[in-house]
Amino acid sequence: MPIHSGARIFVESLLREKVEVVFGYPGGKVIPLYDELYDAPIKHILVRHEQGAAHAADGYARSTGKVGVCIATSGPGATNLVTGLATAYMDSVPVVAFTGQAPTSLIGTDSFQEIDIRGITLPVTKHNYLVTNVKDLAKTIKEAFYIARTGRPGPVLVDLPVDVLKSHADFMYPQSVNLPGYQPTYEGNYVQIKLAAEAINTSERPVIFAGGGVINSNASEQLTNMAIKGRIPVVTSLMGLGTFPEDHELSLKMLGMHGTIYANYAISEADLIIGIGVRFDDRVTGKLETFAPYAKIIHIDIDPAEVNKNVKVDIPIVGNAKNVLDKLIPLIKTIERKEWLEKIKEWKRRFPLNYEYDDNSIKPQYLIEKLDELCDENTVIVTEVGQNQMWAAQYFHFSKPRSFITSGGLGTMGYGLPASMGVQVGNPDKTVINISGDGSFQMNLQELATISSNRLPVKIIILNNGTLGMVRQWQELFFDERYSSTILENPDFVKLAQAYGIKSLRIDQSNDVEMALKEVLNYNGPVLLDVIIPQDENVFPMVPEGASINEMLELKKKKREKEKQGEVA
Amino acid sequence: MRHILSVTVNNQPAVLARISGLFSRRNFNILSLNVGETELPEYSRMTIVVQGNTDTLEQVKKQLYKLIDVIKITELNQSNMIERDMAIIKVNCGKNQRSQVIQAVDVFRGKVVDFSLDTITVEITGDENKINAFIEIMKDFGIKEVVRTGIVALDREMNNNVLTNS
Repeated sequence: MPIHSGARIFVESLLREKVEVVFGYPGGKVIPLYDELYDAPIKHILVRHEQGAAHAADGYARSTGKVGVCIATSGPGATNLVTGLATAYMDSVPVVAFTGQAPTSLIGTDSFQEIDIRGITLPVTKHNYLVTNVKDLAKTIKEAFYIARTGRPGPVLVDLPVDVLKSHADFMYPQSVNLPGYQPTYEGNYVQIKLAAEAINTSERPVIFAGGGVINSNASEQLTNMAIKGRIPVVTSLMGLGTFPEDHELSLKMLGMHGTIYANYAISEADLIIGIGVRFDDRVTGKLETFAPYAKIIHIDIDPAEVNKNVKVDIPIVGNAKNVLDKLIPLIKTIERKEWLEKIKEWKRRFPLNYEYDDNSIKPQYLIEKLDELCDENTVIVTEVGQNQMWAAQYFHFSKPRSFITSGGLGTMGYGLPASMGVQVGNPDKTVINISGDGSFQMNLQELATISSNRLPVKIIILNNGTLGMVRQWQELFFDERYSSTILENPDFVKLAQAYGIKSLRIDQSNDVEMALKEVLNYNGPVLLDVIIPQDENVFPMVPEGASINEMLELKKKKREKEKQGEVA
Repeated sequence: MRHILSVTVNNQPAVLARISGLFSRRNFNILSLNVGETELPEYSRMTIVVQGNTDTLEQVKKQLYKLIDVIKITELNQSNMIERDMAIIKVNCGKNQRSQVIQAVDVFRGKVVDFSLDTITVEITGDENKINAFIEIMKDFGIKEVVRTGIVALDREMNNNVLTNS
């Protein structure tokens, strides 16, 4: 057994976990670790802020299915990771974060750059560790990766005191872990699966509701097979976009607050909902008492705590979605369900997603439709949070899992730019497009430097309306148009990008959209497109907070109301 | 509704913080929490008393199970558990009242552990109701200080909850 320093054990352990790339930012307490990385066959991407490292690791993990790794120093470096870890935690993303820590002899004395990062991250990590003895280091790293990627995936933090990195121990990487308190259930109970099949085969108006768990368990193919075999329409959560091809006739796209009207109607009239890898988030269910009033609910999820957490479930199946669907599909009968599918078709015809095209400005929906036309299957869309995110979700057609990367649960503004770096690093051959708002973009724009210095060919499209659009929308609709602190005075994003050595252009007319997008997509390198859009463009349909999901504000209704008000005035 | 959980956890730093943090974060109403080492030093056993309906209890148990350091959860109820609370009570008590206090202590099978010229200190164990009743009686004399452990409880069936060292 070789004797290694803690820092060397760290690197050797990462190599055993087949880690190819880490995102990080050095500092005093992790210098020994960075010294070992200097010669290691692991690529290190130097971010410009630790939050960027966490989001990049997260984007890498979501897009590749591998574990993302980030590194920060102690104290402020560690606390800067917290938002990124919370983002990964809410969306069940496998990330392992390593932080430097004060030497064990000084822990608890408020020494320089010391912070109790284990205590701080308790509620936003799946598990976390403080390693106080170099002998435990290899075992801890093994466990951290195991916990992050198995069961319901999630972030794990490992805090490394600097003296542990410097002291020496025998190195042997454990073959397996021994965690008696952690035994995820992968195989669904067969009796429950049979019950579910029976419920599906006897239902007249079933709907599949697919979420991020389908992506995490790589069950998209199974999901698609099941829907087609059973002739069952599919709605997805935001996290589930791409699990089912959206150009398929059975796709009802996304449901919930900004979902399609037909998806929300279908859920509201369904007699059976088959939830797969979803957690019935409040943005999806709207008012719980009136959610899916006629439906029995089947819930397939790896995390037993999600069953009955938000909605009452009739048939729970705890297990990995892929395994469960593999057993369920053979039991599903092909039933025409003509009446139900006709009804849905009619809803689709009557209530499509729509917006008002305008020649003299650029409607964001139009831009995204055009982008969708010009992009091939090899595209990954990464969004920020807010209107940009919802327009992207509504107007881009996602047909492959891991092609839409977004912060769903936490709704982290500033996620998209650093996440798109991680996506691009993990997928060098894919076209990675960051759809951004001017507000979100400015939350982590320092990462332009990382993109530039690594020549990551990320395409950044800023939907620039000079406002915090989604908050502005709520103020318009529900707060008497009192735009409290939502109007932004922005820098010149084109010049800003140029300062970072990034190609940049700006458009503000519909006619320019196609040419500009082509230029962006064909450019071999990072590029920023500043798109000036109308300030008062809103995301429709919309379910007001606390309303039932079939009570949607739509574009037409909204316009009629405005006209009415005009008449009265 | 009051529920009593006996929870076996890893005997490690931060485990108590993980568990108590979970309760506060998820807005679960915790009435008492006790921790101590078990027969195997690598495990601790917690007795947690939770307030809530059955849906809340289901979530409490499931969320606890999600913690990597939680090994086993047993729900205890009056018919299958041994439950103890302990209190040390310092009562105002001059010479004249001493015999009355001691009499009460005897009836409740408590123990006098200290007395001074004008106080007497008593130790009493039992279930929560017994302790409450005893404290009620001592109020007549005038209580100076009370400390209680909160409930510790264990499953009656000996073999049900024995840990194996894996």
